[in-house]
Amino acid sequence: MQMEKHLKVSAIKNGTVLDHIPAEQLFKVIDILGLSCISNQITFGTNLDSKLLGKKAIIKISDRYFESDEINRIALIAPQAKINIIQNFKVVEKRVLSIPSSIKGIAKCMNPVCVTNHQPIETLFTTITDENELKLLCHYCEKITDKENLKIISNN
Amino acid sequence: MSRNLISIQDFSKEEILEVLKMAAGFEKNPSQPIFRDKVVASIFFEPSTRTRLSFETAANRLGARVIGFSDAGNTSVTKGETIKDTIKMVSNYADLIVMRHPLEGSARYASEISPVPVINAGDGSNQHPSQTLLDLYSIQKTQGRLDNLFINMVGDLKYGRTVHSLLQAMSHFNPTFLFTAPEELKLPNEYKEYLRKRNIRFEETRNLSDGICQSDILYMTRVQRERFTDAIEYERVKNVYSLNNSMLDGAKPNMKILHPLPRVNEIALDVDNSDHAYYFDQAKNGVYTRMAIITKLFS
Ligand SMILES: [Zn+2]
Repeated sequence: MQMEKHLKVSAIKNGTVLDHIPAEQLFKVIDILGLSCISNQITFGTNLDSKLLGKKAIIKISDRYFESDEINRIALIAPQAKINIIQNFKVVEKRVLSIPSSIKGIAKCMNPVCVTNHQPIETLFTTITDENELKLLCHYCEKITDKENLKIISNN
Repeated sequence: MSRNLISIQDFSKEEILEVLKMAAGFEKNPSQPIFRDKVVASIFFEPSTRTRLSFETAANRLGARVIGFSDAGNTSVTKGETIKDTIKMVSNYADLIVMRHPLEGSARYASEISPVPVINAGDGSNQHPSQTLLDLYSIQKTQGRLDNLFINMVGDLKYGRTVHSLLQAMSHFNPTFLFTAPEELKLPNEYKEYLRKRNIRFEETRNLSDGICQSDILYMTRVQRERFTDAIEYERVKNVYSLNNSMLDGAKPNMKILHPLPRVNEIALDVDNSDHAYYFDQAKNGVYTRMAIITKLFS
């Protein structure tokens, strides 16, 4: 058991392991981080058992490290994700995500008459945590997009 | 200090009071051609005769020249020109832009592109801050103050942007609110949350006769047919939210009725001659308030 867990998290020599991603958000995380356009070796597993999430996914990226700003963008859809920095097969640093105060260009505004849905404009939101639920306040139309209506804009 | 007026939330309490004070000055002396060297662009991507005439009168009274269009029908906009390109072009000619556009957030976007100040003259159902400032001016003028008033807002509290902006602006002044609306058009939760966070008292009712005698301000709004999916429901609600003179019997002497106009059925014609009716004067206050806004953004 201990051995299996060990392998799941750190079977890359150097790089970043993203753990505790909700299984259904795996491909959105790949999208937000632009992982489909980089040449690094990437392995991922999904529908793994998790006490915390039921089914979780895990992504291991060789020789790639993320700035906080960059990685925090996935807090929108995978707030409980854990970031493990791997060097020489060992976890040298564990990081948790913090929700950024503003989100640029990842999410779509749910308001159909928002200017960002009709003109070539990058979306911009202020994040609001209301009763433990993350909501996005549109900088332009001033309407709130909640988690249920959250749509991610593809990076590709 | 604000360079644009996009949302009423962009103005601090002090800035709001400053505009109201300047508006009072312009009411005393409405012809002050202090901006003879300025050009104001009035660009209306959808028609709104009332707002456009009010802004253009304000600009003219300040001595500025006005250019622009009154609906996008015969401009390059209909040929698919982006807001960005239109704003870039217009800001080459004008020193200030007054803009009306059906898309929500369009004015904020324009202000980020434009090198000259932008005034939002309405972006969809989002914001219409000059309307809010003229409402505040009317309230202050009729009540002699803005603090500690009982404000009864009636009608479409769900979609009515004037209601939402006014409640945000009044929140600086410790009001008590009564929200009178049919079930379908109740004030959205986000605004109730906004008030709770600021410890502002409010109650809700569906009955128009409930709060008239306590009110200092009765703020009526139009109940629009297009807001209803059910036509029968509209017919029912339309008649329930119609104010007539006999309902004003117990009203406080200082109580004034405001309405952003145009009205349809919400206020019966027999109210017009009542001392409580203020909606026509309210519209006139719009010119002074807009003169004050233009002056503030130019200085
Ligand atoms: Zn929006």
